[in-house]
Amino acid sequence: MDLFEYQGKQLLRTFEVPVPEGRVAATPEEAEEAARGLGGKVAIKAQVQVGGRGKAGGIKLAGSPEEARQRAGEILGMDIKGHRVGRVLVERAGDIAGEYYVSFLVDRSNRDFLGMMSSEGGIDIEEVAARSPDSIARVHIDPLYGFSDFHARTLVFGSGIDAAARKEALAILPKLYDAFVGLDASLVEINPLVLTGEGRVMALDAKVTLDDSAAYRHPNFDELKAAHEVPEQERLAAEKGLNFIKLDGDVGIIGNGAGLVMSTLDVVSNAGGRPANFLDVGGGAGADVLTAALEVITSDAGVRSVLINIFGGITRCDAVAEGILHAFRSFDVTVPVVVRLDGTNAEEGRRMLAESPQDNLIPADTMLGAAEKAVELAKEAK
Amino acid sequence: MAILIDEGTRLVVTGLTGREGRFHAKRNADYGTKVVAGVTPGKGGQEVDGVPVFDTVREAVAETDANTAMVFVPARFAADSVMECADAGIDVIVCITEHIPAMDMARVVPYLHTRPSRDITLIGPNCPGVISPGKANVGIIPGEVCAPGPVGLVSRSGTLTYQIVHELTQRGIGQTTCVGIGGDPIPGSDFIDILGRFEEDPETELVVFVGEIGGDAEERAAAWAEDNMTKPIVAYIAGFTAPPGRRMGHAGAIISGSSGTAQAKKEALEAAGIRVGTNPTEVAQLVQKALG
Repeated sequence: MDLFEYQGKQLLRTFEVPVPEGRVAATPEEAEEAARGLGGKVAIKAQVQVGGRGKAGGIKLAGSPEEARQRAGEILGMDIKGHRVGRVLVERAGDIAGEYYVSFLVDRSNRDFLGMMSSEGGIDIEEVAARSPDSIARVHIDPLYGFSDFHARTLVFGSGIDAAARKEALAILPKLYDAFVGLDASLVEINPLVLTGEGRVMALDAKVTLDDSAAYRHPNFDELKAAHEVPEQERLAAEKGLNFIKLDGDVGIIGNGAGLVMSTLDVVSNAGGRPANFLDVGGGAGADVLTAALEVITSDAGVRSVLINIFGGITRCDAVAEGILHAFRSFDVTVPVVVRLDGTNAEEGRRMLAESPQDNLIPADTMLGAAEKAVELAKEAK
Repeated sequence: MAILIDEGTRLVVTGLTGREGRFHAKRNADYGTKVVAGVTPGKGGQEVDGVPVFDTVREAVAETDANTAMVFVPARFAADSVMECADAGIDVIVCITEHIPAMDMARVVPYLHTRPSRDITLIGPNCPGVISPGKANVGIIPGEVCAPGPVGLVSRSGTLTYQIVHELTQRGIGQTTCVGIGGDPIPGSDFIDILGRFEEDPETELVVFVGEIGGDAEERAAAWAEDNMTKPIVAYIAGFTAPPGRRMGHAGAIISGSSGTAQAKKEALEAAGIRVGTNPTEVAQLVQKALG
């Protein structure tokens, strides 16, 4: 789960990482109240999970509570690259003497942790890496032994941040590492880490990604998740325990296993179609799961045909067929549904479908044939 | 020959008394795998389908000479179970469990590699397991779709692997061993570990390599294979239509920024002289052609 900036900062504060004083607001009035409480000049920052919000007008300064209300009114409700702004963070603003970059992440390539620091902050790190790779210092950290003082020195001196920021940066790095490990994060990125006019170092922004698999040992996980707006169809799917991602095409996809579903999307795309979604019913899905999956897919008015591609292992194709037939009996399935079954009990499943013929239930023998048929039917329905 | 598991495999299953563990251990035993022990703390002395259950892996190894482990315990206990298996002297550990926190795997993997004078192989987690057709099956891969033969297969996926194996078997092309390394960001074994074993296995003539979006394991494997593999490789990559920033089912299947795309992986493989099929059927056709 990717956290909002304000959530990430709240969590970092519990690890004693210095962050600017701030409050979150969902209305212009709340923003005014927050600005009054903070006093002085404040920054109003759109809470969206997408880069480049500053350029898009999602960050504005305000010199008074009244101005804060006005600026918040402009930002709230904005659309930034497809993300609607539902909250702003109102933060005390001050002078900035230096901007740096620091992050800790799980390094998949080396199967360890990677710490990175750069003297160039406030811009995308991929851009910095391409333009001035020498400004980035990296350390690999053995998860068994943890973060040592020399790691911090390697980052601070290696990145060449301003001398005035060194002492506090050296003190902040172990705290950030503790937060990274303690939160079960896969990424903690501070961009920028700033040196203020008063000579303090603090996290001006925070991008924190938590590991969903570790949710069970973090009691606040559900509360953090509740702040995220989820599209209606994805919410419905999650309620039914389905792994669903909305895409923008018109061929609905249902399959079992993440790899097979990804492959099915690709095959549909190669056949000239556009997948409407990713939906993985998981391993060992029963009839009820298939019925629920069809219900979720057909709730999207943009879907013109559906492709069900199942390779039975633990999942039994007879149970899949039962679920499909149950869906046809329980609600109005108006779009054509192409079904390809292989693997465990496939013959039985195919026989069940053949014995209950429906005009818009089309069996297919192969994955490629099924994809072509589903694409053709979606085009005909246009 | 085969890699990792064969007729000599003596399997201990942690979590044997659970519903899933029992179901799949039974299927593995029915396939011909020697399932010699189960482990569930507090249930030592019981039997499950004729297999003795012990309280600790150490005890199971001492009593039954188990040499391979399958971990089937829930996610919050699985990392610990893998380390227990390693500590008890097991050198091949297959972890099926999904949703183990990445922080836990980040500690387990170096733990295994720092055991003195041991060569421990962990397959998984979040994987379908390993099958050497006709010899042994450890995990949840349906044995019916496989057949003995000259192709080695390594994959990050489960059902997609069954699809490709099915297409091979239908064409009369069997497999030495099929290895599912799993869809997690920190796997116990990556492509390179398994490719190396196939290169050394005298019966494996060709390797099928099934990757997906996320991370750079495919790119690293492509570069490694160019320098170290003499056997032909046919590859497949899933996820060309996956949007960036979204986790596609597997914890590790995510495009972060501009890295981890299917296109980049395909290009890296092709630059290393590896043929990449555009769909599972074409992969099987390429294998058929390469084997002659």
